[in-house]
Amino acid sequence: MIYLDNAATTKPCPEAVSAAAKAMTECFGNPSSLHRMGLDAQLLLDSARRTVADSLGTESGCIYFTSGATESNNLALRGASAAYGRKRKKIVASSVEHASVEETLQALERAGFEVVRISPADGRFSAADFVNACDDDTVLLTMMYVNNENGYILPVPEVFSAVKRRYPHIITHTDCVQAYMKLPVSARRLNAELISLSGHKIHGGKGCGVLYIRKGVRVLPVVTGGGQEKGIRSGTEGVPMAAAMGAAVAALAPGISERWERAVQLREKLVSLMSEIPGVEINSPEDGSPYVMSISAAGKRSEIMLHYLEQRDIYVSSGSACSRGAQSGVPEQFGITGKRADSILRVSITAETTPQELEEFAQALRDGINSVRG
Amino acid sequence: MKEIILVKYGEMALKGLNKKSFEDMLTKNIKRRLKSLGSFCYTSAQSTLYIDPQLDENGNIADLSEVAERVGRIFGIAAYCRACVCEKDFSDISAKAADYLSDTLSMARTFKVNAKRSDKAFPMKSPDICRELGAVLLEKFPDLSVDVNDPEVTVTVEVRDTNAYVHAENLKGAGGLPVGSSGKAMLLLSGGIDSPVAGWMIAKRGVQISAIHYVSPPYTSDRARLKVEQLCERLTDWCGGIAFFCVPFTKIQEAIRDNCPEEYFTIIMRRLMMEIAQRIAAKEGCLALVTGESLGQVASQTMAAMACTDAACRVPVFRPCIGMDKTEIIDIARKIDTFETSILPYEDCCTVFTPKHPKVRPKLENIEAAQAAFDFEPLIREAVDGTEMKLFTPGYKAESSF
Repeated sequence: MIYLDNAATTKPCPEAVSAAAKAMTECFGNPSSLHRMGLDAQLLLDSARRTVADSLGTESGCIYFTSGATESNNLALRGASAAYGRKRKKIVASSVEHASVEETLQALERAGFEVVRISPADGRFSAADFVNACDDDTVLLTMMYVNNENGYILPVPEVFSAVKRRYPHIITHTDCVQAYMKLPVSARRLNAELISLSGHKIHGGKGCGVLYIRKGVRVLPVVTGGGQEKGIRSGTEGVPMAAAMGAAVAALAPGISERWERAVQLREKLVSLMSEIPGVEINSPEDGSPYVMSISAAGKRSEIMLHYLEQRDIYVSSGSACSRGAQSGVPEQFGITGKRADSILRVSITAETTPQELEEFAQALRDGINSVRG
Repeated sequence: MKEIILVKYGEMALKGLNKKSFEDMLTKNIKRRLKSLGSFCYTSAQSTLYIDPQLDENGNIADLSEVAERVGRIFGIAAYCRACVCEKDFSDISAKAADYLSDTLSMARTFKVNAKRSDKAFPMKSPDICRELGAVLLEKFPDLSVDVNDPEVTVTVEVRDTNAYVHAENLKGAGGLPVGSSGKAMLLLSGGIDSPVAGWMIAKRGVQISAIHYVSPPYTSDRARLKVEQLCERLTDWCGGIAFFCVPFTKIQEAIRDNCPEEYFTIIMRRLMMEIAQRIAAKEGCLALVTGESLGQVASQTMAAMACTDAACRVPVFRPCIGMDKTEIIDIARKIDTFETSILPYEDCCTVFTPKHPKVRPKLENIEAAQAAFDFEPLIREAVDGTEMKLFTPGYKAESSF
């Protein structure tokens, strides 16, 4: 099996699996219980919290566990706009956000907010466009750090720093799902007040996400109940998956730059392999994340190619897996339309992907282009 | 462009012959606190310490905003700032000032230039520097205007022995004296709002604090102890390392409940706490006890009650919060980041067996007579012997009780 769909989800690492197993078999108490079993579960949860906090260069009091990044994004946008958006009604966002942000923005639009979406010009985002779109009436600025469909790295640190200097009241949110554990993500350097993270994109297993909330920033809860996570996210904490995410972060955090180097080499390899196949075009920017590459396969429809590759036990995705094949509009934003957009495949690697796997993929792709019609 | 941190000494600059020992202590404290952030070159001159970040073996350099944040929590520092290092040459100073401060100046409406020329060999006098640099900056930033009385930004140029420095911020330091310069004291840390504040205030005066906490399982829970450990951890950001002593107190509390009049329970308990604290303090070389009491706050904190407590003490008891209102204490607790932890709702030993109607004006002879009704000495010894010690150093993470 050659798994090249790591932007959709990753295989849980052994550390995460054993942490989850331990939490399920030994520390199965409810963290809210007053007795020792409860305390043990709480300590396990808090140690995961601390690991995540350390990785962001912040305190554990700023880390809130959720069920995943979709919930984190919902909580960030709905919660912050509810807390700060009574008078200020404008939200600035990028035009290429993940559905969990974009759909939430649309819901906020229906609730009376004005959303300004900044598009790339000639395939590039300009920091100035974001800064200039912000004003005194803006409550929230949200932009993803790394695009999930093509690996484009948005100028989050520049934009947030410039915006916070001029408009300290604007709450800055970034969806770092595809950046976390791949690029250095430091709350301070990004100048972000809200950061969404996902466990299952970093080998931590599905069912756990994180919202970082900078100290002093208010977010009103979306889910109410027993007051867990300081009342920000009620519901008995998912200790096993949080522990798994913590274990994955602990295992990955020290090697971010080495893995990046390896990913860059793999990407170079992939680029040269793709350039040898007639009709294959690369849609990702050269300076994007090496972990995600969007290609267009010579006009062959994405889904057909995907299933062709699947027959060869090679797994990639058509655009973004979350949108289940539906076109997201992101390629269009980057100027990719028509047949080229219909034939997009997303190849997303990990640092552990081998050059041989890429070669096999390239061969299969070449064969597919030659044999598949449509 | 090279950036450093300038640290201005606090009142220790006024000390006489032993000024050097204060300076050495401060430098040692700063080095210890910054060590984990990278490597630095420290030089001291003219009541100022220069913290110059160096490339480490991996070619990394420390993040100065984090350095500045930590420096702001070290006692003995009156003020500090991030500054840009310039050649002692006006054209270099003006070019770097415009570049280094461009963000700040382009946002501001008014400014002034302030020059300090401690190197009198520098050809321009201070007013000349102000005027000339002001002119350069006005030309570069046409939206700015000069306001010498109430400027939004004060650009400071310091011409010193080896270099000139430009900065636009003078941040207030934590003040006080370097921790360790005033000896050691033992803080009675309950887990409430007041005692961490008391410890912080005494540490500010140069005292290295140890902390003592009493646990009474099953009346108090592990979570309550973890909460106090978390408070200790928070305090280390300011106070440096803290030795934390955890005293098993259940038997003593039960003995008081069983053998002494109910209305004297709290006072006798406090006297016994003091007794244990001073025995451990003596072993640790602590010269005083510190408590978070505030006059009249609760029944055990009336003047009469404190007199009864102090009668059991052979060392000075410092109560820095004594004249403060709760709101003032809370303001400090928020500032030093202990408030959120302090208000976690776990029962502590002070609230176990509290009498319904405690004596507000106890008489010492009555208290002493009541306490003499039972021989506490064996229990005190057992508690001291059973005390556990844990060391907290800055950056040490206690198991949290979120």
